[in-house]
This record gives sequence, structure tokens and C-alpha cells, in this order.
Amino acid sequence: MPAAPAVTHFVQAAEAAGPEGAPSPVRQFLMSRGGGGLADKTFAGVMLVCALSIFAIVLFILTILVVRSKLSLTQFGFGFFMRSAWDPVSGDFGALPFIFGTLATSLLALAMAVPLALGVAVFLTELCPAKLRAPISFLTELLAAIPSVVYGLWAVFVLVPLVRDTLGPFLYKYLGWTGFFEGANFGVGLLAASIILAIMILPIISSITRDIMLAVPTSQREAVLALGATRWEMIRTGVLRNARIGIVGAVILGLGRALGETMAVTMVIGNHPDISKSLFAPANTLASVIAGEFSEATGDLYLSALIEIGLALFLVTIVVNAIARALVWAVTRGTPARAN
Amino acid sequence: MSASPAHTLPPEGDSGRLRPPTDFRSKRMRLNSARRYAVNHLVTGLALLSMVLVIAPLVAILVYLIYKGASSLNLAFFTHVPAPVGEPGGGMANAILGSGIVLALASLMGIPVGIAAGVYLAEFGRGKMLAMAVRFTADVLNGVPSIVMGIAIYSLIVMQQKHFSAFAGGVALAIMMVPTITRTTEEMLATVPHAIREAALGLGVPKWRTVLSVSLKTASPGIITGCMLAFARVAGETAPLLFTAFGNQFWSYRLTEPIAALPLQIYVYAISPYDEWHRLAWAGSLVLIVMIMVAVTLVRIYAGRGVLKGAS
Repeated sequence: MPAAPAVTHFVQAAEAAGPEGAPSPVRQFLMSRGGGGLADKTFAGVMLVCALSIFAIVLFILTILVVRSKLSLTQFGFGFFMRSAWDPVSGDFGALPFIFGTLATSLLALAMAVPLALGVAVFLTELCPAKLRAPISFLTELLAAIPSVVYGLWAVFVLVPLVRDTLGPFLYKYLGWTGFFEGANFGVGLLAASIILAIMILPIISSITRDIMLAVPTSQREAVLALGATRWEMIRTGVLRNARIGIVGAVILGLGRALGETMAVTMVIGNHPDISKSLFAPANTLASVIAGEFSEATGDLYLSALIEIGLALFLVTIVVNAIARALVWAVTRGTPARAN
Repeated sequence: MSASPAHTLPPEGDSGRLRPPTDFRSKRMRLNSARRYAVNHLVTGLALLSMVLVIAPLVAILVYLIYKGASSLNLAFFTHVPAPVGEPGGGMANAILGSGIVLALASLMGIPVGIAAGVYLAEFGRGKMLAMAVRFTADVLNGVPSIVMGIAIYSLIVMQQKHFSAFAGGVALAIMMVPTITRTTEEMLATVPHAIREAALGLGVPKWRTVLSVSLKTASPGIITGCMLAFARVAGETAPLLFTAFGNQFWSYRLTEPIAALPLQIYVYAISPYDEWHRLAWAGSLVLIVMIMVAVTLVRIYAGRGVLKGAS
């Protein structure tokens, strides 16, 4: 019987004292405390069921969304995503305006956030004095912990007036010739939504980029510096070049977050299914149309069209996140423990 | 001799056979060097500027929130239910209670499942394809927009029961907590040394007791950190509650009825046209954010103690 040397004599003594054939008192004690194979198997089984429940959750979300959007799926087919009509009164639905709104706000937000996030990550890993590093990364973490609805509240009362009275007229004056800043500027619209999205995805992109840059071995930096490179040349050839796949992953992860962001966008985008070249125009995203219209959707077709939009959002974010995770894993897996 | 010291020019006529050594004092090289250092300083400046640009909105948001929130916070906020439209006063007492109920429900369902799944990944599934797949699915589920979770739970529970309920809200938040807790539990269990497990198994302790009272106990500070982070994250979620918990203007305790929640109330008041409600929205945001910040800061202090310090 397997027993550690320290307890062997106890076991032997116990076995000697016990009657022929019956398990020893020690064995009985262990079995009474759940030492049998059954308890182990049950425990392992329960853990397995909980792990499998994660699959079950994803499958169940997919199934229920497909079932509930069947009406709209059969009525409009794949043309649903190509049609720009959104008329609840006559029951004519198409998701194109929302796809446009989602892509426009997300890409604009990325265009604003990615350079800044890269700058922050470079600053934190390579340039920042060691004393400042912890408080600044704590601050960016706080930024990530602020709930979406609070960003929305701030955007409604601070950002929207700013865009309406200061930023909007400025952009119209200097960039009005491009045609992107035309029409009435009420503050709410694509521009305000993109700015608040950029502020929200910045901490995610910068903290993952920072982790990836920390995973680049110090010897790479030292090698480049030893060749006489300046600090920027060291960062460019030694760090950014090695980390580029992971940085792309971090950006795509930020994109996934931007695509699905709901509350803050709903509060400042203007909620109107328009496709307009102007960034001042109100619009609607896939997520914000669900948040704004779901509870007042009358009629089965209306509801099922909204659920189909949810299904599309689900599938798109799953694909985007899977790609991003694969890229981030490819870089950070197997790296030694981080310096700090 | 053809090999001349690097800092002198080679003799005339010798340059045909060997590349002349670089003269670092030549005009071209000095310009090149100046350019490289200029670019270096430029990029350093840009990185500093981006840092400032990122910190600025955070400070702006926090300062404005504290200013607006603190000036509109009073005792009534914590003791009264919302006043009818047009009447001054009123508070969000029912929303604070409602948030507490929904979050407790979510934690009761989400935390055990999340930890168990993490235990499977770390203790039973090492190196298995199934574990890899679960891990990947958890990461992907983490990125699913919360509004999608809301309509999925609406379709499953609210449509069946024909009414909004606190229970549905709790389920939606629980599902959002699971992947985060699973991944942190797994990561924390992976840091527990094998020797401790082997010592327990060698003493004849059954595997399940080893996992519960040795592995999990050793990793418990890290696992608690993960649970609190997941809790802080869902505490501010609004989108999954819009169509599940729905909100309520009155006191409600029952799990089968619509219930108020702090983030929901903030959303409804923020997009309303009344100044009095805006004031309450700011106060609510301050309370919500203080709660979340306290949780995150506690986690940071707790996590700083290290995984094994309390146990060894």
C-alpha cells in the first residue's frame, strides 16, 4: 500500500491490530473522509462539467440568438446586411447603416487611440523613470475600471458641448474643405462617439502592448545599444520589431472592445440610422441600436431583426477576438517571468 | 602596412584595396549623427506628449466627477427612493440595494463555476487538447459584448417567464464573471509548487482533498484577487441589465420582479431632460466609482503580497 515512510509504522501497526481481511483502521479512517476512488472521480467530474459549461454558454448564446432571429433570417436572408432601410412602421429592416456606424466609429477610435497607446507603452517600458512607472500604470488601470455608463455621463455633459462649441467649429474652419465636417453640428454624432471610444479603448491597448514589450528579452535591447544605436533606434529595431505581432494582436483586441461597446456610444451618437460622410452627423451602431430600440420594439419581426443584429455582433466579435488572442499568445507564450 | 588605426585616414593610393575607415569627424557623419539624436529626442518628446494626452482625460473625468458628484451627494441619496418627475429630492437607495442583490446573485452563481473550471484547467487538464479549447473559449467569451449577453438572457429567461426579473440580471452578470475568474484561478494554481501537492498525495490524502485544502488554499490570495476584479468589472455593467433586471422606481426585494440597479439608474437619469435627475446621476456615478476603485485598490494591495507569502 502506498504510504510515505513517516507513516509506515503507523500503518503496519494498524494492519497488525486489525482482523483478517478487513481494511485497517487507518484505511477505514481515510475512506470515511472520502478516500475512495468514487470521491475523486466525482470531484474530477464536477470540475470537468464546470469547465465544459463555458462551451455550453457560448453554444447556448449562439443557439438562442439563431432561434429567436429565425423570422428575420428567413424574411430577409443575407440581404439583411446589405439593405439600408430601417423602417419599423412598414416592417422593412436592413443592417447596413449600423454596420457603417460601427465600422466608422471603431476605426476612427483606433486611428486616435493606437498612436497614443503605443507612445504610452514605449514611455512606460523604455523611457519612464522607475519611480513613476508603478503610479502611472496604476492610473491607466483605473481608467480601465471606470464603468462605461460613467464615461457616457461625462461625454454627455462635457465632451458633447466641447465638440459642439469648440472642436467642431475649429475642424470645420480648417478641414471643412475635405467634406468630412459638414452639416449641422449638434455635438452628438460620429465624432463624439469616436472620441469617447478612443478614450475607453486606450488603456486596454496600452496595457497589453506594455506587457508584450516587457516580454522582449533585455539582451535584445543591450545588443542594439552595444552597436551604438540611440535609444529610439534601440526601441524601433530591438523592441517594436520583435513585438510587432503581439502589438497587432493588442490593436485587434481593442477593436473587438470598440465594436461591442454599448452604453457610452448609445448616449452620444445621436441614434439615427443614417449613412453620412460628415462626422457631425448622428448615426447608430450595431450595439447602440439594440440598446436604444430593443425595449420598445413592437412586433415579432422588429424584435427578431434586432436579435439578428445581436447575432451578427456576437459572431464578428468572436472572430476578431479569436484572431487577436492567437496573435497575443504567439508572442507572450513561453516567455520568462516579467521583470516587474 | 595596410591595416591603419581606425581614427586616421589611410595613406594615399592604398584605398584601392581596402575600404577606407569611416571618418566620424567628417561633415556627413556629424550631420547623420545630429539627425539621429534629433529623431531620438523627437520620439522621446512624442512619447511624453502621448502620456500627457492619455492622463489628461482621466484626470478631467475624475476631477469633474468628484466635483459634480460630491456637490450633489447628500444623505437623502442613500435613504430615499427616486422622487416623481418634477419633485426635488429623492435618492437611489433602492438602486444601491438592487445592485447589491443582483451582484450577490451573480457572485453566488459565477464564482463557484469559474473557480471549478479554473481548477479543471490547472489540476486535471494539463496538456490536454480539451483544456486548450476551454481556455481559448474562455478568452473569446471574455470579449463578447455585454449587450449580446443581455439579449441572449432576455431571449432565454425573460421571454419564457414573460416578465423582467432580478434573477435574469444575476444570470447575465454571472456569465460575464465566469471567464475572468477561470483564467485567473488557472494562472494562480499554476504558480503553486508541485512539491506541495506531492507531499499531500504522499501522505495518502485523496486528490480532491489535496486540490481543496492544499492547492486552492495556497493560491487563495490570487484567486480572491481574480474574483474581486471580475466583481468590479460587472458592478459597472449596464448593457446586460437593460433587458433583464430592467430597473424599478420603487423598493423591490423579490428575485422574480424587475429590480433597480445603480448603473441602470445612472443611464436613465443621464439621458433624461431634468436637471434634478442629472444631479442624481452624477451622485450615483461617484458612489459607483468609489465602490469600484476601493475594490480595485484592495486587490492591488492584496495582490502585492504575493501568492505564496501567506501560506508558506
